[in-house]
Amino acid sequence: MSAHSHVEGQLPHEPEKATLEGRNKILGFWLFLGAEVVLFGTLFSAFLALRDKVGDGNPTADELFNLSTVAIATFILLTSSLTSVFATQALHAGKKNAMIGWLIVTVLFGLAFLGLEIYEFAEYVHEGHGFTTSAFSSSFYTLVGFHGAHVAFGVLWIGLIIGQVLKKGLTVVTAPKVYVSGLYWHFIDVVWVFIFTVVYLMGKVG
Amino acid sequence: MAHAHAHTVKRYKGLMDWLTTVDHKKIGILYLIAGGLFFLVGGLEAIMIRIQLWKPLNNFVSADTFNELITMHGTTMIFLAAMPMLFALMNAVIPLQIGARDVAFPFLNALGFWTFFFGGVLLNVSWFTGGAPDAGWTSYVPLAGSTYSSEYGVDYYVIGLQIAGIGTLIGGINFLVTIINMRAPGMTFMRMPMFTWAIFITSALILFAFPALTVGLVALMFDRLFDANFFNVANGGNAVLWEHIFWIFGHPEVYILILPAFGIISEVISTFSRKRLFGYSSMVFATVLIGFLGFMVWAHHMFTTGLGPVANALFSIATMLIAVPTGIKIFNWLFTMWGGSIKFTSANLFAVGFIPTFVMGGVTGVMLAAAPADFQYHDSYFVVAHFHYVIVGGLILGIFAGLHYWWPKMFGRMLNETLGKLTFWTFFIGFHMTFLIQHFLGLLGMPRRIYTYLDGLGFNEMNLISTIGAFLMGLGTIFFITNIIVTAVSGKKAAGDAWEDGRTLEWTIPSPAPEYNFAQTPLVRGYDAYWKEKMDGHKEMTPAEPLGSIHMPSPSILPLFMSIGLFIAGFGFMYHNYFVGGGGLALTFLCMLIRSLKDDHGFHIEPDELHDKGVKA
Repeated sequence: MSAHSHVEGQLPHEPEKATLEGRNKILGFWLFLGAEVVLFGTLFSAFLALRDKVGDGNPTADELFNLSTVAIATFILLTSSLTSVFATQALHAGKKNAMIGWLIVTVLFGLAFLGLEIYEFAEYVHEGHGFTTSAFSSSFYTLVGFHGAHVAFGVLWIGLIIGQVLKKGLTVVTAPKVYVSGLYWHFIDVVWVFIFTVVYLMGKVG
Repeated sequence: MAHAHAHTVKRYKGLMDWLTTVDHKKIGILYLIAGGLFFLVGGLEAIMIRIQLWKPLNNFVSADTFNELITMHGTTMIFLAAMPMLFALMNAVIPLQIGARDVAFPFLNALGFWTFFFGGVLLNVSWFTGGAPDAGWTSYVPLAGSTYSSEYGVDYYVIGLQIAGIGTLIGGINFLVTIINMRAPGMTFMRMPMFTWAIFITSALILFAFPALTVGLVALMFDRLFDANFFNVANGGNAVLWEHIFWIFGHPEVYILILPAFGIISEVISTFSRKRLFGYSSMVFATVLIGFLGFMVWAHHMFTTGLGPVANALFSIATMLIAVPTGIKIFNWLFTMWGGSIKFTSANLFAVGFIPTFVMGGVTGVMLAAAPADFQYHDSYFVVAHFHYVIVGGLILGIFAGLHYWWPKMFGRMLNETLGKLTFWTFFIGFHMTFLIQHFLGLLGMPRRIYTYLDGLGFNEMNLISTIGAFLMGLGTIFFITNIIVTAVSGKKAAGDAWEDGRTLEWTIPSPAPEYNFAQTPLVRGYDAYWKEKMDGHKEMTPAEPLGSIHMPSPSILPLFMSIGLFIAGFGFMYHNYFVGGGGLALTFLCMLIRSLKDDHGFHIEPDELHDKGVKA
């Protein structure tokens, strides 16, 4: 309540957990991620059930996927997880500017990933792999697209949080938001690791 | 009360108060009103189904309308009546039972209510826009696909449930965090009241079950609106996939419905037997185990799909296993009553009536779990009888017990006992009359979901009896509504400890509970915290904190507008008008943006403003 009167030096060590509201937010977000696990789990199951149903004459996973593009995307996203950790560390150290810097880098990596994904999707459509082509294509775009939408949402969200911290400073109200957005960002990274394995690697090898 | 500590917050009155409230007690009442209205709609649909079936070759409604009626009856009762009424009791009782001033996320709590409400309204609008969903509440493909359901009906199902489902998931997360983080000092997990435990496990089930439904509905929506191929067999889709996704949500869903009823029954029976709940720890263990096993048995809805003998055998055994923890609960309730000085109030009548009724539903459940036998029962009235025994005979009797029990705490007045008993007997007898006979109809071979039957099959008399029973249940509901009106007009004012035998924290505060619940957070010294204090000769709880100013969250209109945005967006996408769809989503995101950027400082209630007589300075 009197949170906005805090200045950087006076913040507690873990400002995100200093208030009950903050602790509630963090626990609630972990639980939300639990729900997200089921959400993506179901999408993965649907994809696994349908990934061989390519139909006649449509490109197969093996023909479509270009692992080098995907590898670059993976590298970018995993690196963004690292920069997100740096942002959280800066948060704990009470270094506002460093934190904002790392958050900006994270967002930029996220945007780069999205750019690659859009380019990749455009290529696939060009090669005759549209959303309505086959059961494989529908489940592919739904799974990978859901992940992409999560990245896009994360980019917007972290962007807004950067704005809030610039305006209000690092307080026990803004700190949980930064922390929780970090959790979110790691989660979509983990999902991508599974997409890389289950969709792309297994598409090439399986 | 309007004056605040550091920040002044606008307090609303009248309708605006209800539209902007973030108070869990008021949200509970909103859930009860909305859920109650949908219950009446679903009940009316049931009556119409029974009128159509009361004699052979009846033409009260057409076959098409009959399909709409059974689909909407099931969908409405489960998603829009039963769950919201449970959420009503959760909201009204859980924070009070754990000695908290509020839920963890008051704003999200309001959002959960409004999304449920607008999802439900959207679903029911379909009646007036050219036809309700008619592919059954399970909405199996290919029937629910665009080939066989080319009208908008199933679109309403897919989008309405999606919006309502958001509200449920939010509620589940909210109550998990509330119960984990906001218990009063001294209330360890193994001192939590049984209803709180039941809601805790239920919320966990919601958390892990609803996202599966989300994905299923998204996939079906993509198939219908954007020509995706998840379930389109011609393009490689798989119809059985829908069944798996639906039931991996759908089976935990039936435990989401019944576990809270178990919790209610535990509270009511213990209070009115004036005895500690028998086998509390085993009760907790059984609840957790049922919750866990609930996720392991979804394929027993699909025995006849052709999954093969190994899968069927495993799911068959897993299903029968659930009878063990459920049996533990039944015996614990019986042993709680054993030797107690039992008071048969209306609430307790419903609770005691629940026990044999639910056992009957459980026994047919084990019968259905035997895969080879299920091939005979499948899609017959035997199944209809079974799930109505567990859902109406279990859940609805539980909700009635809970409503009669906690009504004084929610509204500050005692429900009329005579009318309450009349409600019980008409509803209870009507229920058994409607559904007991349906077991035999099913065994004789009457299939479910048919809009009529031929004369001379031996179905006539039993269907007539069943229909008369349904009217009796309707009469019971009318008695209950009469009771609500009579009580609101001239009901007896309820004391804080309305039943005089209250065992848990909600009975330590005035009825209805003040806005801030507890003037001072109570110190919990054992299971049945209030009863323990009474037995030690105390009149009230020991406070765990000095009297001080109480922080409250501000009311907000945003949850309402966020839900209206989703409602508009749903229509836009359904009719392929992407401006409207995008506009609705934009409204929702705009509200989210405002919420995120504008800090809610809330307001404070100062000690001199507390109107709780029990307060010690």
